[in-house]
Amino acid sequence: MSEGQTALAERVESQSIPFWHDPSKRAIVYQAVALGVVLTLGYYLFAVTQANLQRQHIATGFSFIGREAGFEIGESMISFSATNTYARALLVGILNTLEVAVIGIILTIILGTIVGVARLSSNWLLSRLAAGYIEVLQNIPVLLQLFFWYSVFHDSLPLPRQSMNPLAGVFLNNRGFYFPIPVPHPAYARMGIALVIACVASYFLSRWSRMRQEKTGQTFPAWSASAGMVIALPLIAWAVSGVPTALDSPHLMGFNFEGGMLVTPEFAALLLGLVLYTSAFVAEVVRAGIQAISHGQTEAAMSVGLKPGHVLTLIILPQALRVIIPPLTSQMLNLTKNSSLAVAIGYPDLVSVANTTINQTGQAIEGVAIIMVVYLFFSLVTSAFMNWYNKRKALVER
Amino acid sequence: MRLIKASILVSLAAVLLLAPVVAMGGETLDAVKARGYLTVGVNGGLFGFGMPDEKGVWGGLDVDTGRAIAAAIFGDPEKIKYVTLTTQTRFTAVQSKEVDVLCRNATRTLTRDTDLGLNFGQVNYYDGQGFLVPKKLGVKSAKELNGATVCVLPGTTTEQNAADYFRSNNLTMKPVVIEQNLELNKAFFAGRCDVLTSDASQLAGIRGVAPNPDDYIILPEIISKEPLAPVVRHGDDQWRDIVDYTVLAMIAAEDMGITSKNVDEMLTSKDPKIQRFLGVTPGNGKALGLDEKWAYNIVKKVGNYGEVFERNVGEKTKLGIKRGLNAQWKDGGLMYSPPFQ
Repeated sequence: MSEGQTALAERVESQSIPFWHDPSKRAIVYQAVALGVVLTLGYYLFAVTQANLQRQHIATGFSFIGREAGFEIGESMISFSATNTYARALLVGILNTLEVAVIGIILTIILGTIVGVARLSSNWLLSRLAAGYIEVLQNIPVLLQLFFWYSVFHDSLPLPRQSMNPLAGVFLNNRGFYFPIPVPHPAYARMGIALVIACVASYFLSRWSRMRQEKTGQTFPAWSASAGMVIALPLIAWAVSGVPTALDSPHLMGFNFEGGMLVTPEFAALLLGLVLYTSAFVAEVVRAGIQAISHGQTEAAMSVGLKPGHVLTLIILPQALRVIIPPLTSQMLNLTKNSSLAVAIGYPDLVSVANTTINQTGQAIEGVAIIMVVYLFFSLVTSAFMNWYNKRKALVER
Repeated sequence: MRLIKASILVSLAAVLLLAPVVAMGGETLDAVKARGYLTVGVNGGLFGFGMPDEKGVWGGLDVDTGRAIAAAIFGDPEKIKYVTLTTQTRFTAVQSKEVDVLCRNATRTLTRDTDLGLNFGQVNYYDGQGFLVPKKLGVKSAKELNGATVCVLPGTTTEQNAADYFRSNNLTMKPVVIEQNLELNKAFFAGRCDVLTSDASQLAGIRGVAPNPDDYIILPEIISKEPLAPVVRHGDDQWRDIVDYTVLAMIAAEDMGITSKNVDEMLTSKDPKIQRFLGVTPGNGKALGLDEKWAYNIVKKVGNYGEVFERNVGEKTKLGIKRGLNAQWKDGGLMYSPPFQ
């Protein structure tokens, strides 16, 4: 706005024009009206539903979540039995959903990046293979992929009594993958603390080395030093605590294996299906991000004498990430939401547990509301985090 | 501008004035008659109870219950629109008037009868939950199933019954809950679970489609009572009476020896009970708000309970289910009808 225009605007402002001729005030009115209509409609729907439910004598409210659930859940990160409440059953479902979503997102990003970079490789075979992977997995509905992997697991693996036993204490059968875990010991808590300390120390070490390099130009091998700390500190804690080696190994008891740790075929099939499907999309996102950086950047970086590794980490990736992060966020949300397909193959995720709850209590509206709120919360948290990360990585214009 | 403001005001007022509309119950029969056909909620995938055959013709015990209701109202059992419902949508469909009656192997329970705003009619099949196991597991009784992995179909009383049974017998179990019948059966036949639990009638059907049915047995324990009955909305007593007495008419017809084959001869029977039943002596039809020929039409066009049972699930069918609890009271079963007078 030039100075003349500003002055003009001020003069018009002072002449007290009616508010409907003022676009900014008009906009406020429109928005208030729109909000009012939406709220009124929402209230109307709520009131009608409430009245209808009351008229048909259908129970409403969330008091059911304190009642005894009365059903069992196949796998759970926290202890659960049929005598616990619906609230705890739903919590088990939420944790199961989180488990598959978090592990799935990490694996998807790793696999997707590898395939995306392979797709751009100058090696013809590698790039064709990556292209084939992307085209095939992207274009088969994810539900079919889940059915496929699930039937692969339960049809091709042996029954518990004929389990594969590749290593001592490790068993593989159509009930899952069993492996030994250490018997609880105070040493493991200390190792955890040592790991946290190592991570914090590594963070400060890398900051210090970066600042020193900016000041003096001298480099410090921060990466290898950090890796050394992360491995060595927990090991020292373990050695100091008396080197506990007792293992809780799985063993055949009755129909199934007892003890140790179990990865069920339902979890494995869901994870595999979601990761393979979503990573094909992530691979395309990564490829697009890298191709968005003009080749001139690489040439310029090389001409100032940067090594190829540095060209990637200092020039290409920081710019490519700006293009990659927003679509990557939406793929992460897709994976989380697709995890609700678990009901089809028997993994007890939130939707599966909530369905059972709805069936036993008959309170469908409340049950569906819980599902929606939880997924909405997951999605909003994910996008808030990714937006924050995106801002950090975005090009800062000065 | 004034026009815009006016229209906004009008629409706001319209929204505010549209007070929650409370529809009156009690008029289901009139609505069905005015529409010209009956809407029935059915399973759609349960052999013997509610499923279309390869030609698309609906059949099954539940479907025949629906056809009997249509025959009672219109004299024509084909005046029906079938709505396929899942275990999750079935009760909502009744509540929201999407269907007039639900004939979909639904178990009558106290909370469903009260909390859900529904009424269960006369039971058309007495079922009970059982266990299907492979013979090679070497199990003879459900009490030996400690620690077993159990395949369960969600959305019914099944999950809770199984948990209750294992709990009360101090046994542990690991459920695998799969939403689709087909996937659940596949997982069970592949050995993902040691045992599959469901209503005994369904187990018979699942065993029938096993790669080798003789490799599987149904354990003797029946762990729950599953009275399967048609479902209507709360608050329309006349409609509930019609549904009730349609099922009862099929039971009474078998009791009196009236079949779809001999019903025309029975019209000339001297027995006053049969004369009242078939509407030769009028009264019953008027009391229900139906044509006096309603019971005649049910038996003529659909059959009596015994005929419907044998046709759909009986020993000559693939399911091969014995009458058991579903036999007439005089044969030791639970099928008993009040007098039609």
